[in-house]
Amino acid sequence: MKKHIIISMVTLLVLGGITSAQSPEVKGKEIMEKYLKEDEGFGSSEVNLKMILRNKQGQQSERLMRNKTYELTSDGDKSMIVFNSPKDVKGTATLTFTHKEGSDDQWLYLPAIKRVKRISSSNKSGPFMGSEFAYEDLSSDEVEKYTYKFLEEATFNGEKVLAVEQYPVDVKSGYKMRIAYYNPSKNYRLEKIEFFDRKGSPLKTLTYLDYKKYLDKHWRADKFLMVNHQTGKETELFFENYAFKTGLEENDFNQNALIRAGR
Amino acid sequence: MIELWLGRKSWAAMLTALLSFAAVAQEEERETDFELELQFENRYFFSEGLYSGQERNYLSLAVKPAYELSWQDGDHSLKMVLFGRFDQHDDNRTHADIRELYYQRVKGSWELSLGWKKVFWGVTESAHLVDIINQTDQVESFDGEQKLGQPMAHFSYLSGVGTLDFFYLPYARKRQFAASGGRLRFPTVIERDDFSVDHDLEEWYPSGAFRWSNYFGVFDTGLSYFHGVGREPLFLNLDSSDPQFFYPIINQVGVDIQATTGPLLLKLEAIHRQADQQSFESLAGGVEFTFGNIKSSGIDLGLIAEYLYDSRDELAISNLANDLFTGFRLAFNDAKSTEILAGGIFDLEKSTKLYSIEASRRIASSWKVEVEARIFADVSNEEFLYFFREDSFGKFALYRYF
Repeated sequence: MKKHIIISMVTLLVLGGITSAQSPEVKGKEIMEKYLKEDEGFGSSEVNLKMILRNKQGQQSERLMRNKTYELTSDGDKSMIVFNSPKDVKGTATLTFTHKEGSDDQWLYLPAIKRVKRISSSNKSGPFMGSEFAYEDLSSDEVEKYTYKFLEEATFNGEKVLAVEQYPVDVKSGYKMRIAYYNPSKNYRLEKIEFFDRKGSPLKTLTYLDYKKYLDKHWRADKFLMVNHQTGKETELFFENYAFKTGLEENDFNQNALIRAGR
Repeated sequence: MIELWLGRKSWAAMLTALLSFAAVAQEEERETDFELELQFENRYFFSEGLYSGQERNYLSLAVKPAYELSWQDGDHSLKMVLFGRFDQHDDNRTHADIRELYYQRVKGSWELSLGWKKVFWGVTESAHLVDIINQTDQVESFDGEQKLGQPMAHFSYLSGVGTLDFFYLPYARKRQFAASGGRLRFPTVIERDDFSVDHDLEEWYPSGAFRWSNYFGVFDTGLSYFHGVGREPLFLNLDSSDPQFFYPIINQVGVDIQATTGPLLLKLEAIHRQADQQSFESLAGGVEFTFGNIKSSGIDLGLIAEYLYDSRDELAISNLANDLFTGFRLAFNDAKSTEILAGGIFDLEKSTKLYSIEASRRIASSWKVEVEARIFADVSNEEFLYFFREDSFGKFALYRYF
């Protein structure tokens, strides 16, 4: 009996030793992989977006959009965004084929002249529609986009979260590093991301609020709050009326569909 | 003058058919959307006009209502966009048009559209060579980007080798030029009816077009063919006592390619157009390089350079025979969507220079302002543009959306 306990203790020590011997780089990457794996299988989704931009003086402006996403596991997802407001850009739409590696393919539809333009996706650090979200903040998450370093276990709203440093692979990224906080008790959903600019200074914080669970395991926040610490500006992004597996097909993501969606 | 060609019985029948689709839709679950755009505009010409009746300052109002109805989850839809403008002095610029009025059916990988519609093809910024489906609304836009609605049956099919588009265009629209009180006109006022079509069927000569398009990695490409009434009029024997203006029957082959390689875009458009009276080639090609998010300011600066070639000489209504376009696009990516596009077209053989600047900014959630200036400098007397040499102007426009 005693022997057994000793063996068990040894086993525990060895296992514990292996766990702690796992490098922060490997552990950080594993957490990202778990986060992505847990969210696989949503198939397709549609959601209405409302963005509220607020400057230091409290002046507000609003944007309304509709987003459709089609999940692909062999490569990055396909998605379409149609703008509804402000009215001068109503009908403007984008079609994006994300890729696990290399630049995404992206087309822009301009309704006034009915023109579809292929646009460069290399300018990922620029602001999306004048907001505090950069294009790269809104593109799909892929393991290949970062190198990782597990930082620490922390507490967020009373729950244990895992903080991981993520270093963008792409030199065109606007960030030197981001620290992402994953919640292992909630399918590794993201709770918060802190962004650091190219010089390493704190730039922005993104907080995920009002999570809801769909189809038993897909956590979606109803609200993203992005605060820019350097300018004092902030952007709230609301997600309304999420719908999953709505019968979207890969066929619904092409230039004809882009023109139809934008009008 | 408001164009009254809708009087033809067949058009009335088509309109009735379209509206009856709306009636069918009444009984099912449907989505509707109505939008209205109002535009107040003032154009100021920097010099006195060359021809009698012309003014310096032109006030104008335009209205653009749009209505959309869709049912069965968007598989069926009906769309209507109308446009009307009142101009203070130019009677031809006071005009109305059906920009779009069509029924569309979508099923799997194909779609069919019937009615008045707008279609754009092409990649370059300074010239739109391959774009041929719609007639230009000449009085509305100097750069040719505003188009008249075109009646058509359009079938589009997404095949394994790319998108295949087929067009049947039963009626050709003629261009409207400025009236005697308008600027940017010829010494003699040319009305729409002064132009004939080089065929007994006149505007009813049936036209057709086909286009294949696809993308391969960084390349987006299209090949197109058009047969029918040319969209660009021909001017023959202008100096004689019997000048002729008409729309030829043409065959046109077009190709357009864009390579999107990071911040650098490479663009090319080329056409070969054949008619009994003339055959020619035309080409536009160049680069666009964007410096994105300069010094983390959010500002993008795009530099554009394009070369324009046209093998026509005397007969070209376009003055882009051997020209260079250079310009820049400044996008502030701010909450007000402030943008500036400026550039110049320089003739490499003659003295002509054409400068332009366009800027726009949202001033409230449903309001936008736009300013534009076009300057004609050192216009060579060998070009069509010589008639417009005193027509440099500045424009202010205020848009209100409902």
